[in-house]
Amino acid sequence: MSRKAWSQLGQQLFFVGPATFFFTLIVGIPFLLGMYYSFTDWNGVAGTVAWVGLDNFKAIFTNGSDYFAAFWFTVKFTVVGVVLTNLFGFVFAYVLTKPLKLRNALRTVFFMPNVIGGLLLGFIWQFIFVKGFSAIGESTGWSFFNLPWLGDEMTAFWGIIIVFVWQTAGYLMVIYIAGMTNVPKDVLEAAEIDGASKLQILRTVIIPLIMPAVTVCLFLAISWSFKMFDLNLSLTKGGPFKSTESVALNIYLEAFQNNRYGLGTAKALLFFVVVALITLIQVRITKSKEVEV
Amino acid sequence: MSKSKMKRDYSVKTFALELLMIAAGLVFLVPFYFLLANSVKSFGDLLSNAASWPSTFEWSNYQRAWEITRFPEAFMNSLLVTVVSILLIAIISAMAAYRMVRHNSRTNQFLFMMFVAAMVIPFQSVMIPLVKVAGWLDLADSRTGLIMCYLGFGAPLSIFLFHGFTKSVPLEIEEAAVVDGCTPYGVFWKIVFPLLKPMFVTVVILNSLWIWNDYLLPSLMLQSAELRTIPLATYSFFGQYTKQWDLALPALTLGILPIVIFFLAMQKYIIEGITAGSVKG
Repeated sequence: MSRKAWSQLGQQLFFVGPATFFFTLIVGIPFLLGMYYSFTDWNGVAGTVAWVGLDNFKAIFTNGSDYFAAFWFTVKFTVVGVVLTNLFGFVFAYVLTKPLKLRNALRTVFFMPNVIGGLLLGFIWQFIFVKGFSAIGESTGWSFFNLPWLGDEMTAFWGIIIVFVWQTAGYLMVIYIAGMTNVPKDVLEAAEIDGASKLQILRTVIIPLIMPAVTVCLFLAISWSFKMFDLNLSLTKGGPFKSTESVALNIYLEAFQNNRYGLGTAKALLFFVVVALITLIQVRITKSKEVEV
Repeated sequence: MSKSKMKRDYSVKTFALELLMIAAGLVFLVPFYFLLANSVKSFGDLLSNAASWPSTFEWSNYQRAWEITRFPEAFMNSLLVTVVSILLIAIISAMAAYRMVRHNSRTNQFLFMMFVAAMVIPFQSVMIPLVKVAGWLDLADSRTGLIMCYLGFGAPLSIFLFHGFTKSVPLEIEEAAVVDGCTPYGVFWKIVFPLLKPMFVTVVILNSLWIWNDYLLPSLMLQSAELRTIPLATYSFFGQYTKQWDLALPALTLGILPIVIFFLAMQKYIIEGITAGSVKG
């Protein structure tokens, strides 16, 4: 090999080597191993791991109803959560790009919950739902606060939704604000002079011009809610009676609580396939939107 | 917007909107009121009415929570793991992205595709075998092992962000440096790396929020009590003191305090970083 080739090899190893090494070791190899283990009866303890073919997948599709219950919960949660958090994020951004005196302080307030991790937020809200809400209910008599919060399926579901929206709306607000401040002022003024109402301007000028931000926010919210784990673990731990168990939590419990690692990796593989499909659809939609503009 | 224009635009309607938003802001802050007010109440006071202002201030709650959660130790663990991880992620990702942009070979195109594709993989699809791999390589129950994991998980998004940014760095400066006798390594460290600073800040911010708050990966990697990060210490504390809110709430307050202070101090950079880095789907 010539000196130049050696020099190129040296640079390649120096610059790309470290990132590729850690990525392969930590993500690549475990991901491929997971595919293999999903066809085995690995329990995490025994030395021998036996090939069981499609048994794990058969188990998931026949008597693995808890997996589908978790999927159904995750889908419901994603739909409601994505719509609500985007709605709040968008409205906050829309109002806080107006010349309000306290707009910077309000932006800070709405964003702040986002920097706190889901695990700690879940514990804080557990207290608020159980003790705080009942205290408010006692003093005001409003039946909303006297519901058995986190105690039944319905309130547990909406409890997680409330915390999710409280946590994530501010992040989406930041992205929407960035989009809205990029809308050219002269376009807005022209629409105003032409006599367009506020609602018309919003619908026919602002929203079309911030579609890239809308797409980003939708994708982010889908990604967060579909893979939700920390908040789920600390707020309800999947209860009551597994009614609020997300797919991520279901996989975790299958592997590390039931010690069925083989079955857990099979569930994780299916989860990956669904997440990859959703992402592919997202990319398709973004690409087609870009062509239109 | 000029001052006079701002005054003219501030109509009665805007004022009403302002009041409405202040109300919404207060609702957003209510959880913090519950957390702080109840964290200094005695247990009896807390049970009788969780919404009231504390009748006495039991600051000793904080002292007990501080000791039981071994807060200084957990804080230092979180800080060490986060700071070392974010710096190393940013450096190795900047290096890899630079080489991939400037030397667009088949290999590098393939590697870049691999990193981008890997952003789709959910953590749950890696974590179970990762525990086994960590055991083989003797990475389990060590901060070094945990940091190595963060390098692997953090690299794809960071490389993706640096890749886009490096493309905008003009090639002419590098060529001039080469003519002046600079080595390829010198070009990167002395010329390109300083120019990547805005994206470096974004990558560091995004990764620091994620790693500081991460619970699942450290919970799988670390077992020893003295290695616990803040989320781990909080979780195990809750296991032992379920429903002991007079201890749990001060512990939670201590737990969120560092990151809230960090946010308030670095707000400008965090908001900029999020706007610049909001590409991951």
